[in-house]
Amino acid sequence: MMARRTPPARKVLSALFVGACGLAVILALIPLAFVLFFVISQGVQSLNLDFFLNNPRPVGEVGGGMANAIVGTLILTGLAAALAVPIGIFSGVYLSEYRGSRFAPTVRFAADTLNGVPSIVIGVFAYAVVVLPLGHFSTLAGGFALGIMMIPIIARTTEELLLLVPNALREGALALGATRARAVFSVIVPAALPGIITGVVLALARIAGETAPLLFTSFNNAFFSTSLTQPISSITVQVFTYAISPYEDWHRQAWAGALVLVTIVLVCSMAARIAAARVGRIRGQ
Amino acid sequence: MNPPTRLPRPVVRAAANAAPAPAADAPLKIEVEHLSFFYGEKRALEDISIKIQPNMVTAFIGPSGCGKSTFLRTLNRMNDIIPGARVDGRVCVDGHDIYGPGVDVVAMRRKVGMVFQKSNPFPKSIFENAAYGIRINRMASSKSELAGRVEESLKQAALWDEVKDRLHESALALSGGQQQRLCIARALAVKPDILLMDEPASALDPIATQRIEELIYHLKTNFTIVIVTHNMQQAARVSDFTAFFWLGRLVEYERTDKMFTNPTEKLTEDYLTGRFG
Repeated sequence: MMARRTPPARKVLSALFVGACGLAVILALIPLAFVLFFVISQGVQSLNLDFFLNNPRPVGEVGGGMANAIVGTLILTGLAAALAVPIGIFSGVYLSEYRGSRFAPTVRFAADTLNGVPSIVIGVFAYAVVVLPLGHFSTLAGGFALGIMMIPIIARTTEELLLLVPNALREGALALGATRARAVFSVIVPAALPGIITGVVLALARIAGETAPLLFTSFNNAFFSTSLTQPISSITVQVFTYAISPYEDWHRQAWAGALVLVTIVLVCSMAARIAAARVGRIRGQ
Repeated sequence: MNPPTRLPRPVVRAAANAAPAPAADAPLKIEVEHLSFFYGEKRALEDISIKIQPNMVTAFIGPSGCGKSTFLRTLNRMNDIIPGARVDGRVCVDGHDIYGPGVDVVAMRRKVGMVFQKSNPFPKSIFENAAYGIRINRMASSKSELAGRVEESLKQAALWDEVKDRLHESALALSGGQQQRLCIARALAVKPDILLMDEPASALDPIATQRIEELIYHLKTNFTIVIVTHNMQQAARVSDFTAFFWLGRLVEYERTDKMFTNPTEKLTEDYLTGRFG
């Protein structure tokens, strides 16, 4: 007996559905394509060696750059990571491995709330607890604000990745006479490490693009500085300053800054994926 | 269809049938008295008493859900990590109640090793898997001692010849049977007295299963082995004593040859002859 042919209506419906999904994907990607197109086409024109080597110069003088801002962004994100990676990972371990404890739901809720706090509010907070006591804007305050933003992202990512580690590995370690903490840090965390690395770097990439929390913490600095107690320039704040200025020169510099920032974020994301894949391969995953 | 509900509740003569003719002079390895186990409100094990002989293989058999795995896991307190789990009764290992006050669960688990149903090698190298328990229990004082112990345990688990040239490759690249033997090696490396095995061969092909069974036969010289299996032929092949569980109770505990040829309980006979389960 011949199998009955699928009714055409069902095929049409299926095709429509797949088509709608495809269309949605294209709609979602169009803004990304435009952003990249504009940033690259506008940025490349003003990008030259001077941009990476020189500090900003007054309007009308040629050869100005963002060397100070590039270094500033790297220092700020580095400080943020130094603060947020340990706290975030340990919190994530707590959330995942002690999820039965009374505090875990509270901690989880607090992390989600913190994650949803607008970045400008985080900036105000850092202003109150770091800038006011010190009496002036500083790199530390900026790094602190960015770090606060990173903590919940890393904590929740770590939690989710640890939960993906099969329970059998926990039991295996405990059955060999491991304490709970030992099992977590010698088996569970290493098993989830490739994912955690990716999560950390993606969090870094996200906060590297923040402007609002830096406006009144690390502020800006026209000169090259690596001091932790002085104001420091960052790509985002510099782009913001240039973009709202009335000068054509500075607009071009802003585009170049945007391009550099996007490139840093892109390189970070790719590096994280490659690193994660390598760690995974060593383990045979 | 749910056959057990059609059957009469077993008349369980607790303790009376819980001591099969032992090697009378040997001290008991594990002695369980009136053990009940609860998952929250649900009672999973009811008043189980059993005496397990040293250097023997004791098999737990019974249909799925009869509590044999749960019972095995009470013997090294692996159920502790399940929220809402509760234990009544005593489990004495070498005469000490492991549920007593002040018991060091971590130290106890080193003495009572466990191999799980699904092989669970750590995502590390073969060497690091075998070395894990030695490291965390600080049982080797030098690198060469560590390497020696790793080799010894891999040999005990009959895996050494297959992996000696690739100790530093990922354990996850091994075949299923090799992974399970690595897990056995890992458990043996910390020199336990007792080895609990929870259906260690259920996920393996017949040849790998045979290797595990041969291994169990050799290991009983040095270890007391308790094995859970849903495979009655396997129980008959590898064990000296067999305990039959049904609906959370211990129905019959006997020498394996007696159990399989002339069981005392009607329920055991029905199960062994395939009338249910």
